[in-house]
Amino acid sequence: MNYDLPTKSGYFGRFGGKFVPEILMPVLEELEEAYDEAWQDESFRDEYLDLLHNYVGRPTKLTFANRLTEHYGRAKIYLKREDLCHTGAHKINNAIGQILLARRMGKDRIIAETGAGQHGVATATACAKFGVECIVYMGAEDMERQKLNVERMRLLGAEVRSVESGSQTLKDATNEAIRDWVTNVEDTFYIIGSVVGPHPYPKMVRNFHRIIGDETKNQLTEAEGRNPDYLLACVGGGSNAMGIFYPFVDDESVKMYGLEAAGLGADTDQTAATLTIGEPGVLHGSLSYLLHDKEGQIQLAHSISAGLDYPGIGPEHAHLKDSGRVTYVGITDKQAMEGVKLLSELEGIIPALETAHAVNYLDELMPKTSKDEVVVLNCSGRGDKDMGTISKNL
Amino acid sequence: MIKTQNRIATLFEERDDSSKVMSLFLTAGYPDLESTVDLILGLEENGAELIELGMPFSDPLADGPTIQHSSNVAIENGITMNAIFEMVGEVRKQSEIPIILMGYINPVMRYGIERFCKEAGEAGVDGLIIPDIPIEESQIITDHADDNGLSLVYLVAPNTSDERMRQIDAQSKGFVYCVSVTGVTGAREGDEVARSVQRFISRVKENITQNPKMVGFGIKSYDDAQRIAADMDGFIVGSALIDTIREHYPAEGWKDEVFAFVHSLKYDKS
Ligand SMILES: Cc1ncc(COP(=O)(O)O)c(C=O)c1O
Repeated sequence: MNYDLPTKSGYFGRFGGKFVPEILMPVLEELEEAYDEAWQDESFRDEYLDLLHNYVGRPTKLTFANRLTEHYGRAKIYLKREDLCHTGAHKINNAIGQILLARRMGKDRIIAETGAGQHGVATATACAKFGVECIVYMGAEDMERQKLNVERMRLLGAEVRSVESGSQTLKDATNEAIRDWVTNVEDTFYIIGSVVGPHPYPKMVRNFHRIIGDETKNQLTEAEGRNPDYLLACVGGGSNAMGIFYPFVDDESVKMYGLEAAGLGADTDQTAATLTIGEPGVLHGSLSYLLHDKEGQIQLAHSISAGLDYPGIGPEHAHLKDSGRVTYVGITDKQAMEGVKLLSELEGIIPALETAHAVNYLDELMPKTSKDEVVVLNCSGRGDKDMGTISKNL
Repeated sequence: MIKTQNRIATLFEERDDSSKVMSLFLTAGYPDLESTVDLILGLEENGAELIELGMPFSDPLADGPTIQHSSNVAIENGITMNAIFEMVGEVRKQSEIPIILMGYINPVMRYGIERFCKEAGEAGVDGLIIPDIPIEESQIITDHADDNGLSLVYLVAPNTSDERMRQIDAQSKGFVYCVSVTGVTGAREGDEVARSVQRFISRVKENITQNPKMVGFGIKSYDDAQRIAADMDGFIVGSALIDTIREHYPAEGWKDEVFAFVHSLKYDKS
């Protein structure tokens, strides 16, 4: 593989790094060593893969979307079915990987942040499976709009702590999780839910999700005898997108699109279109694109989808944007709702609101494709958790 | 503009061993924009020898509820980087107390690191503490700070290894900020600070040899300070000062209450 990032110090081009208080530096060093060693260790990989196969339900299917394909009458469309993962989204791949690492490091208290609640549910699930204490920080506003997931986490035995500071969403939940971490460094493992945070998290989370892309490659080779021409994924922090993109980064013939949440529009102040309108800055330990004002105060993001409602973005995506390897486009709340309807009606799959952002981009992309091409859309999660929001906005 | 002698260096060179240097942290623009300059001058009159002026950030992830609150209020009050430089300039018309700007890297980066260091130096700032710039990331700011006579102060924590303490000591300028407990900023109850701190202090003494040593995090009284700083050059109080302001503002005479508290931190045994 030619693409070999991050660097040893955790940089993807000019983005990434470790911008954290001194207290966390020894912890990150310990984590990096433990991760690198575990990832090389066959018994660790075996245990991880065994859980993904027999507990998560991998490999997930690559479904040919025949009616969606007919609808556009151009390239063939396939769906990578992360919605079929246990707990209903891709997030569990990473939660399983990190909890195995936590156990290996002898840390028996797990903390996590969550937005949509999918990462919180995945972490609570993994903790239940291993009998480990689990504390999930969640913004008060998100707890309100993702009630079902709050109940799921509690049923799984996790303590859900409501975060009342700031915008009461994912960014504030992350602040609070980091505060917990610096206070309880000795026994606590922080399971970050996306490819964000200080090095080595962006690398580690990406690698725990690359199985999405690796499977896609094999499955599509079997079905079509080749790599896809287009990959589509929604981007919040960017973990499902990095998971499917990463194994294809070196194949320049694969065009990649990351769809981020434009909220009411990237030209309004009610948006989460970090890569479209953001400026470089540091949030939650890494240098990346950010939504912030001219004084460097973080701006409140907005998206109909709690999982994309974040003013930052993983540093690797910032790099892939600058290098031009991936194209990032903002999709509005309204367009995402159209995506929900389209996939539900034509394929019998109710997608998560996050995923629906990627679905809607087909309207823009498909007319430019030809019949002999292939599109793969990462169906990152299912929409059950969003039924409240969906029925309000239909 | 390079000063011939940095005020922080002078402070530690001229200090005699009979008393500890008291450094106070104050959020710029808290509780209102007008009071900051008066507060700094009043703190100096009541025993402060070093001021750490906080540059507010919307997402202070190493701070507890107290400094989160003061930062939010200051941002709501409309604090800007330019306003902070003006405040320092005002103080400089009347005082030579060393001033360190303390805050997260994002607002500094957004302002432009080079421009920030230049304007801070011109305003009369003597040093910087950027808690989310560990030595590994220091290359983005070190040269600009040096060029403008700003001492970059680094922190060590209880979980910092001996070897790393020595590396930090080699890079730090002005002094080394010794964080006495793990966790976020905030005044701490009972003897939590004193209990955990002894082993840390002895490691600090052994490994920090090139710089003065200031200890902070959780100190809220004269007794706390004397105990913890016994083997240090001085101590830092932040959250307890902000809590005192919060308790009394805006009642009439609130500043006097604040100054009385500060005076007691430095001198009062009661
Ligand atoms: C189904 C689903 N897709 C996507 C995301 C966005 O996260 P990421 O960009 O890290 O994949 C979330 C986050 O909660 C999610 O639940």
